[in-house]
Parts: sequence; C-alpha cells; structure tokens
Amino acid sequence: MDIFAQQVLNGLVLGSVYALVALGYTMVYGILGLINFAHGEVVMIGAMIALAVVSALLSVFPEMSPFLMIALAGTAAILVCMSLAFFIERLAYRPLRNAPRLAPLITAIGISILLQNIAMIIWGRKYKTVPQIFPTETFELFGANITSVQIFIITISALLMAGLLVIVHFTKLGRAMRATSESQRVAGLMGINVNKIISVTFMIGAGLAAVAGILIAGNYSVAHYSMGFMLGLKAFTAAVLGGIGNLGGAVLGGLLLGLIESIGAGYIGDLTGGFLGSHYQDVFAFVVLIVVLVFRPTGIMGERVSERA
Amino acid sequence: MKYFMQDLWRRFTGNRRALFFGYVLLFVALALLPFLLSNTVGRTWVRILDFALIYAMLALGLNIVVGFAGLLDLGYIAFYAVGAYTWALLASPQFDLHLPFWAILPIGAGMAALFGVLLGAPTLRLRGDYLAIVTLGFGEIIRIFLNNLDHPVNVTNGPIGINKIDPISIGGADLTKTHELLGIVFSGVHIYYYVLLILLFLTIVICVRLEKSRIGRAWLAIREDELAAQAMGINTRNVKLLAFALGAMFGGVAGGLFASLQGFVSPESFGLLESIMVLCMVVLGGMGHVYGVLLGALLLTVLPEILRSTASPIQRTLFGEVYIDPEALRMLLFGLALILVMLVRPTGLWPAPKRRTVIDQDIVED
Repeated sequence: MDIFAQQVLNGLVLGSVYALVALGYTMVYGILGLINFAHGEVVMIGAMIALAVVSALLSVFPEMSPFLMIALAGTAAILVCMSLAFFIERLAYRPLRNAPRLAPLITAIGISILLQNIAMIIWGRKYKTVPQIFPTETFELFGANITSVQIFIITISALLMAGLLVIVHFTKLGRAMRATSESQRVAGLMGINVNKIISVTFMIGAGLAAVAGILIAGNYSVAHYSMGFMLGLKAFTAAVLGGIGNLGGAVLGGLLLGLIESIGAGYIGDLTGGFLGSHYQDVFAFVVLIVVLVFRPTGIMGERVSERA
Repeated sequence: MKYFMQDLWRRFTGNRRALFFGYVLLFVALALLPFLLSNTVGRTWVRILDFALIYAMLALGLNIVVGFAGLLDLGYIAFYAVGAYTWALLASPQFDLHLPFWAILPIGAGMAALFGVLLGAPTLRLRGDYLAIVTLGFGEIIRIFLNNLDHPVNVTNGPIGINKIDPISIGGADLTKTHELLGIVFSGVHIYYYVLLILLFLTIVICVRLEKSRIGRAWLAIREDELAAQAMGINTRNVKLLAFALGAMFGGVAGGLFASLQGFVSPESFGLLESIMVLCMVVLGGMGHVYGVLLGALLLTVLPEILRSTASPIQRTLFGEVYIDPEALRMLLFGLALILVMLVRPTGLWPAPKRRTVIDQDIVED
C-alpha cells in the first residue's frame, strides 16, 4: 500500500465534504457579505436528523433496502435543514440587513449556541455511533485502499457540486442569484424578488450542508452535537482560501484544505525531523492559509476587488 | 420622557457639586460592593465579580482593535493566553522561577504586544473578513502550540496546564490570603477585587484618553474609510500595528492577572469560543464606546452565572423536578439573549454617542 496515495485519497474524501459546506458559506457571503456562523450547526442537525431517521427505520423495518433507507433519511435531513435555514435567515438575519456589519455576526453566533444546545438536549452529550447499513467493501486504487463509503462520498459531492454550478450558471434562478450578489438594489429594479432569492440561497446552502453532515457522519461512523463547529470553521477557512464569494474557489479551497490536512498530518513528522507530531495538523492548515492570504489577499481565485465598492 | 431624562442628565453633569457627589457615591458603592455580596449571596459572587473585572479589561483591549480601528479580530484570546502563560512560566514551580509581579506584569504586557505586532505585520493588506479568518487561525495556532509544547522539550506542560502559580504579593504579603487592616478582615478575593478595580480604572482612563488623542482619531478615520485616511496623511501601517500592539497589551495584562487569580492555566481556557465571547461583549455593549463595552463585559460574565445558579431551582419549583440539563438551559437562554438584544438594539446596548458632523447636519434637521 502506497502511503502517499492513501493520504491523497483521504484528503480528497475529507476535502469534498469541506467543499460542500464551503459552498454554503460562500454563496451566502457572495450575496449578503455575511459570515453565516450557524452554517456548521446546520451540518450537525442534518447528520443528527438522518441518524435519527435511520435508527427509527432500522427498528421498525429492519428488512428495508439500505438505499431506500438512506434516501428517506437524506430527504428528511435536507427538508429539515432547509426549513431551519429559512427561519434562521428570516428571524435572525433579515431584520439586521441594514444594521452595522457585526450585528448579524453576533446573532449568527447566538443561533449557533442555540442549535448546539437544543441538539444536546434532544440527543444527549454522548457520541452517537452511526449504524453500518451498507456492507463496507474495500477496493484498491493506485496502490491505495478505498472503501465503498468513500466512493459514495466523492460521487455524491461531485454530482451535487456539478448540479449547483449548472443551477447558478444556466438557469433563471441562478442568473437572479448572480444579479442579487452584484447589487441587491439594481436586481430589485430588474424585477427580481431579492428577499426570495436570498431565502432560496440560504436553503440551497442548507441542503448541501445536510448532505455533507450525512457524509461526514458516515465516513467517521460517529455523530455528536458539537461536530458542526470545527467542521464549519474548516469549511469557512476553505472558502476564504479559495476566495470567498466564488463557487469554484470554494470547491478548490475545500479540496486543497483536505489534501493539506491529510498530507500535512502524514508527513509533518518527517519534515521537521520528528520535532512536530501529527497534533500540529491544524497548525499546518492555518499556516498555509496565512501564507496564501499574505501573497494573495483575496484568496486563490478571488477577484481583485476595488478598494471601495 | 426621553428629553426629560436627557435634560436631567445634562443638568446633573453640568453641576459641579452634583457631579462630585455622584462620583463619591459611586466610589463608596464600588468599595462596599464585595462586602455586600459576600454577606448576602456568598463569597463566590465576589470571585465572579473578579473575573468580570478581568473580562472587562480584556473587552476594553479588544475594543481598541475592533471598536476603534475597525479590525475584526477573532483570535484575540491568543494574547490573553500569551499573558497568562508568561505569568505562569515566570512565577511557578514549572521552571522554578518566582519573579515578583511588578517584574512580570511589564514582561507579560510586552510579550503580548510583541505577538500583536507579529500577527499584525503580515495581515496589514487584508481587509474585513479575510483578516477575521487569519486572526482566527492565529488564535488556534497559539492554542495548539500551548497544547503540544510538552515534548520534546516540556515548556507548557501540554493539556494538563501549569499549576501552583504564585499569587500577587506586595511587600511579602500574599494577596490571596486573608489579611486584617484597620480592624476589617479582607479575604483574598476581596483584595483581588480592589487590585483589579484599580487596574480596570487605569485601563478605562487610558482608553478614554486614547480615543480622544491623535492616534485615536487616526484609528477612527481608518475604521470609517481607510483610503481616505491614507490620503489625509495617516501612516495607516504604523497606526494599525499600534492598534494591534496596544490591544494585545491589555489582553496580556488581563491574562496575567487571570493566571495569578486562578493559580492555574491550561490551553482549555483559550479556545475560539472565548475569543467569540469577548467579541460578543464588545459588540453587544456598543462597539467603540468604552462604557458600553464595560457594560457588555459585566453583563455577559454575570448573566450566565445568574442563569447557572437559578436554572435548576426554578425548574424544580415550577415542575417539581429538573427536566432540562441546567448547563444546556443556561447556554440556550444565553444564545437567545444574544439574538434578541441584537435584534432590538443592532448598534449595541449603549452605543457611542454620535458626534454631530457637518454632513449629519445637512441631512438631519432637528
């Protein structure tokens, strides 16, 4: 087994989940200029809902096909997360659209704390094990081991990303979204219902987040009420790394961050002569981020914005 | 009603004797507060008050960076950590160093300021949220290093943290012990309260004076429009670095005091959540307004404690038993409070009074 190929593969799997979450951050940021701190929590809620549905189905219909089961759980999680995002935007962000820039940041933090604690009250403090509903098979690819779950993760993420790009670039809704992110006022004058577009953007992001939550819970086989926080943070880092507000940048940033983390964790010991261990995985990711931003202050694919819009 | 109150306030502040009397009253109230608390609700509340004062100092430091200069810093707790660990390493059995506090305080402040410049220098070109994420990363880097620097050379003792940190002692008198002065018994937390109160008062004076100074006005100019500030001849690079350094310095001092009061530091106290908490104090209180930030810091430290002590008794009297985990309920209410306050008062509870500018006069005629 080739260690390097294995690390690259793990990085791609992790990176595609980061990319899905980062897309949600970047879409909202592109339109509202707001860091949606509650997005990571939406990922967690998605994972928890899907887990609850799967466990319920397993106890009632143990004979059900795993594909139908995961489809039902996924649909439930996506629907719950979308309506959650709709209400979050409506109650916590929309009233503050013309407020000072940091006010919605604080409500986002408030929502994040709220969701985490609600999840803790409902699902408890313990780590929840995700039942293995698919028989896991291992294949060999370029000298690395890949499981069926990992193949599933990469396929689903790639499909969703492609779907999102098609929506944003080739549909009427996508055109309205791009127009709104250029200028809300002018978009409104062109007959676009700006409020509706913003709601829809939040909901699409939340749908992706729900899927990402299911994928990450499936990959690590655990779910926890605090799992969204760090994941959200990493995804936001990925979005900034790629150039926030840019969809392609979010995907690139996500994959890159995943690769940096897993390769960094694998080789940091050798690089520093054993001085720094794999505990420094996160340091590695953040140092790369800082270095990239020092040389390209608007991220890898970010456009050079004028000093003042 | 509003105008009546304003009028009353103006008359009160205009009258020198009334103002003097007010200050004396405030002074006496603050001096008696710890005794009042320890005799009514218990000595733990004096300790909570001590922490509230430390957090107030921390929030005032962050206010320089975020409120005055408009640089969003999500990793501010790193400077608090630097201050705390500097104190811990220089005054504990870890390296068997026991420097006196008047030597450590400036060293800690200097170290924190140095880290402030270290963070500030590479980020000068970044704006807004890019800056936010880099500062966040910086905070995490510091925390991870504190957590892992126990091998190959043991510096920070890793996740276990450093224990048995020396308390502040003046003239050989240990301030965490109980002392008797003029027939009044002062316990450790009481003495710390007075020490912290004096330091906080100094911090407030420095902040207020800074805001009105040439540097403070330069910060405000950068916050409002960096390009215009540059065009007016402000050296934005130096002034921004100064904001980072000064803000970090207060954080470092607060961290050192925290270490000596607690007697123990571990990386756990310096996570991202703490950074966010301090930012909430600044924004909730009223960004850029020294007294507003003070209010925010006191509220956000005392309120969760009140919720902690009431969450389970109230449930017990209402429903007969504890249904919801009091810790979860406390955070739930806290999150709700953050959202509601921001929705009702988007500029904070006590925002900076807006000075009427020439432009304002043209638009608003009242």
